[in-house]
Amino acid sequence: MSDTSIALELTDIHKSYGSLEVLKGVSLKANDGDVISILGSSGSGKSTLLRCINLLEQPAKGQVIIGGEELKLKTGKSGDLEAENRKQLEDMRSRIGFVFQSFNLWPHKTILGNIIEAPMNVLKQSREQAVERAEGLLKKVGLYEKKDAYPGNLSGGQQQRVAIARALAMDPQVLLFDEPTSALDPELVNEVLSVMRELADEGRTMLIVTHEMRFARDVSSQVVFLHQGQIEEIGPPEQVFENPKSQRVRDFMSSHN
Amino acid sequence: MNWDIIIKYYPKLLDGALLTLELVLISGVIGVMLAVPIALMRASKTPWLRVFPFCFIYFFRGTPLLIQIFLIYYGASQFEVVRESALWVILKEPYWCAIIAFTLNTAAYSAELFRGAIQAIPNGELEAADAFGMNWLLKTRRIVIPRAFGIALPAYGNEVVLMLKSSALASTITLLDLTGMARTIQARTYTPVELFTAAGLIYLIMAAIVIGLFRYMESRFNRYQYYKPNVDQMGVDKQ
Repeated sequence: MSDTSIALELTDIHKSYGSLEVLKGVSLKANDGDVISILGSSGSGKSTLLRCINLLEQPAKGQVIIGGEELKLKTGKSGDLEAENRKQLEDMRSRIGFVFQSFNLWPHKTILGNIIEAPMNVLKQSREQAVERAEGLLKKVGLYEKKDAYPGNLSGGQQQRVAIARALAMDPQVLLFDEPTSALDPELVNEVLSVMRELADEGRTMLIVTHEMRFARDVSSQVVFLHQGQIEEIGPPEQVFENPKSQRVRDFMSSHN
Repeated sequence: MNWDIIIKYYPKLLDGALLTLELVLISGVIGVMLAVPIALMRASKTPWLRVFPFCFIYFFRGTPLLIQIFLIYYGASQFEVVRESALWVILKEPYWCAIIAFTLNTAAYSAELFRGAIQAIPNGELEAADAFGMNWLLKTRRIVIPRAFGIALPAYGNEVVLMLKSSALASTITLLDLTGMARTIQARTYTPVELFTAAGLIYLIMAAIVIGLFRYMESRFNRYQYYKPNVDQMGVDKQ
């Protein structure tokens, strides 16, 4: 397999908060079209790992490669790594879609305004072009009728679908989902998962931190189980869910079924 | 109550009111333009950037406006360097001294309001901007400032009303603003009740206009807080 098919490569990511070591050297590789679910009990470092990819969290050590391009890092004053070149970081961030647990839509902009903001101002698309694409995406997530409403008018599930459309508007190489359904009422979880399922079927490269076991099992090409900042087990869903090698993963699975 | 006095002098009082509005408008506009960068520096994560705005705000909030006016108007002329400099053209005029004092004063108060508003923006909204690869300037221009402006608007309206009334202090350095005008006429006619009642009423009307203006601006800038989707949009969503 050639290098170009590797969408994302993380090498030896470390992260500490004070004396608490959250990530103890995690390496992970995603090929184009991979859907990787990251599981683990809370505090295992799942979200931190995801946030280290686009430097929302600064790792202490490690390497991030997106689509063959290495993110150049240097040690900052705090001792953690920071981007050597802001431009490169911004450029790479624009190619990584990030979906937050708490949606983080901009409340003062309309739904359409939220979606066209970054394409127009970061990618310098024309308004017509951005609006056309945004409207298409809103239809895809079933919220075209809400385009002139504000985030505050929408339910949590709808807001998260808008947030997904907003991320897609940048046509990212990789989509990162940080517990996208954890802030939702149980009856709203499925509408978000079905949008994500559709994206997985389209062959989008996705990394998903989630607690939705059945979903992870259905859509993932790989499942990663994190425990205390390290990869406890990694493999196809059949292996990790049905026949885990690690006792810890077995315990986790039995408590979640 | 001698109504004739009011009727006779009310064009004069309106002239005074006009000067009051002019002082408030000019110092208000320049004040906001100064307040935004000062607030951004004050809310910055870089410690040394916060030093200047902290001292500036501390001084102008901690001393009476009257002292600030006197320091600029009477104080500046005590220095020969000032009298001989090009600045003297401005600093010898009470009008510009009042504008400078009001501008710096309102800039300090507004900067503190905006700083609070900037820091009240939920961090996630800023992280979302970062995650899209927005640079600092873009994030500040497109997300931070519009968002902070909406949050600060009600409090800022209050600041403008306070400034409108504080502008009466311009009368202490010979300016014939609304208060100055009322005092000057009163010294001639000995009718304080009539004149100060009339002046007070004009202040009330001006305050009402300012309040109305800010209410309108709030309904525009904070539209999202009042927006109700229409019936079509409320329909079952097509997921």
